[in-house]
Amino acid sequence: MPAGLSASVGHKSGHKPVLDAADIGRAVTRIAHEILERTRGAEDVILLGIPTRGVPLAGRLARCIEQVEGRPVPVGSVDITMYRDDLRLRPARALGHTDLPTAGIEGKTVVLVDDVLYSGRTVRAALDALNDLGRPRAVRLAVLVDRGHRELPIRADYVGKNLPTSQREVVRVLLAEVDGQDAVLLGASPAAGTPGRQEGARP
Amino acid sequence: MNRHLISAADLSRDEALLILDTADELARVADRPIKKLPTLRGRTVVNLFFEDSTRTRISFEAAAKRLSADVINFTVKGSSVAKGESLKDTALTLEAMGADAVVIRHSAAGAPHRLARWVRGSVVNAGDGSHEHPTQALLDAFTIRRRLGGGREAPAGAADHQADHQGEGLDGLKVTIVGDVLHSRVARSNVLLLSTLGAEVTLVAPPTLFPVELGGWPCTTGYDLDAALPKSDVVMMLRVQRERMNAAYFPSEREYSRRYGLDSSRMALLPQHAIVMHPGPMNRGVEIAAEVADGPRSTIVEQVANGVSVRMAVLYLLLSGLDPAKATTGADR
Repeated sequence: MPAGLSASVGHKSGHKPVLDAADIGRAVTRIAHEILERTRGAEDVILLGIPTRGVPLAGRLARCIEQVEGRPVPVGSVDITMYRDDLRLRPARALGHTDLPTAGIEGKTVVLVDDVLYSGRTVRAALDALNDLGRPRAVRLAVLVDRGHRELPIRADYVGKNLPTSQREVVRVLLAEVDGQDAVLLGASPAAGTPGRQEGARP
Repeated sequence: MNRHLISAADLSRDEALLILDTADELARVADRPIKKLPTLRGRTVVNLFFEDSTRTRISFEAAAKRLSADVINFTVKGSSVAKGESLKDTALTLEAMGADAVVIRHSAAGAPHRLARWVRGSVVNAGDGSHEHPTQALLDAFTIRRRLGGGREAPAGAADHQADHQGEGLDGLKVTIVGDVLHSRVARSNVLLLSTLGAEVTLVAPPTLFPVELGGWPCTTGYDLDAALPKSDVVMMLRVQRERMNAAYFPSEREYSRRYGLDSSRMALLPQHAIVMHPGPMNRGVEIAAEVADGPRSTIVEQVANGVSVRMAVLYLLLSGLDPAKATTGADR
């Protein structure tokens, strides 16, 4: 798991920091305000993080919205492993945690939260997973980094940073809750043939 | 994970915990309005049952269907086996039909092991003679962990609570398995798996119902149930397998029941938190009294529900990854 790799390893292997902790904090605050603005106070909003790093991000957004509005926002997680389209290309994976607010998602505005938006396949899987969990009124997408190279007609509604990348590059998001520190790193892709599970390299 | 699940001994502690953790997540599917995941769509699971079974076959069928696999049920009655077809020929037929997994129950110990050499798909042992029944052991371990994991009792129905057990073993829990150890595949698989997960297993049975050779089993043994009960966290009652008994192993059912049956007076000897398990089907009034089986500390119905989750986890972990036919190494050991 990349959780074991500290940022210092990342720096040594030539990863360039793109966002630091303060940048990430500002981006999260801005997204929280945008959600409030566009949903007019986040009345029926549920924040659902996509494991691994979407979950702490959803939690941060929820705390931020609560600070502004003085009212808690339901937050949960939706695991997409069973809905992936590349399950048969790799060994079986451990499952993440699906944890819905008790009220469910029926008729609510669901904001999916993930760290990196790349091919769009993760979000496609998340939409399929939501389909089996209920019928939200609307589904929105918030990501910390949009690195381009979409393979499906999917776009984000809330973006922390648009990061132009080449497909050979790897984007790694580190969050204090998982990795012990906040940073977004951009680096060259690992050696060919290495089955890396970098967040940004996720198909 | 191995490509097959033949014996509980094949599972390392990490692999066993991965199955239990996966089952924990999959158990939540049962609470959803749509109890189905698309994960094994287009894959075929064959239930190959040479012995009678209700709960295991139905459990595997439900597990495979919840993962969207196609299920073919094959029972001996009405099949060519009744005309004398050999296991190998049956296996080759299944192979030709493109089975991705074969769930086999057979009266001969070692049949799944043989089958694994003849088919390309994964083989899951659903009970072979008196040898092993690994998915039963996994569902028992899962049930114990849910009830007693972390040394505290999980309040029934608290969904958030279950996540707390992720990655936890059964370290230090004392499990007493009582009854017909000699004929029990459940006992063997449980001894192997529960000890892998850190539990201390004690087998209690009349001397005639112990196997001749117990030297290699990671457990302690005893003949006196009343002495073992006060220090047990879990009591697992085994079924007296009359169909496998062609000799007299004990004088009468009445005497067996007196010495080794679990009734309410023996329940009083157990610690307050202890649970009672039974792999089913039960002989009510022989190894377990009806009021104990239906009591609040009995997990018998829960075990059946957990069986589906655990078998989903096994099928998912065996089948969802690389196609074994295309994989070279790595996926299989």
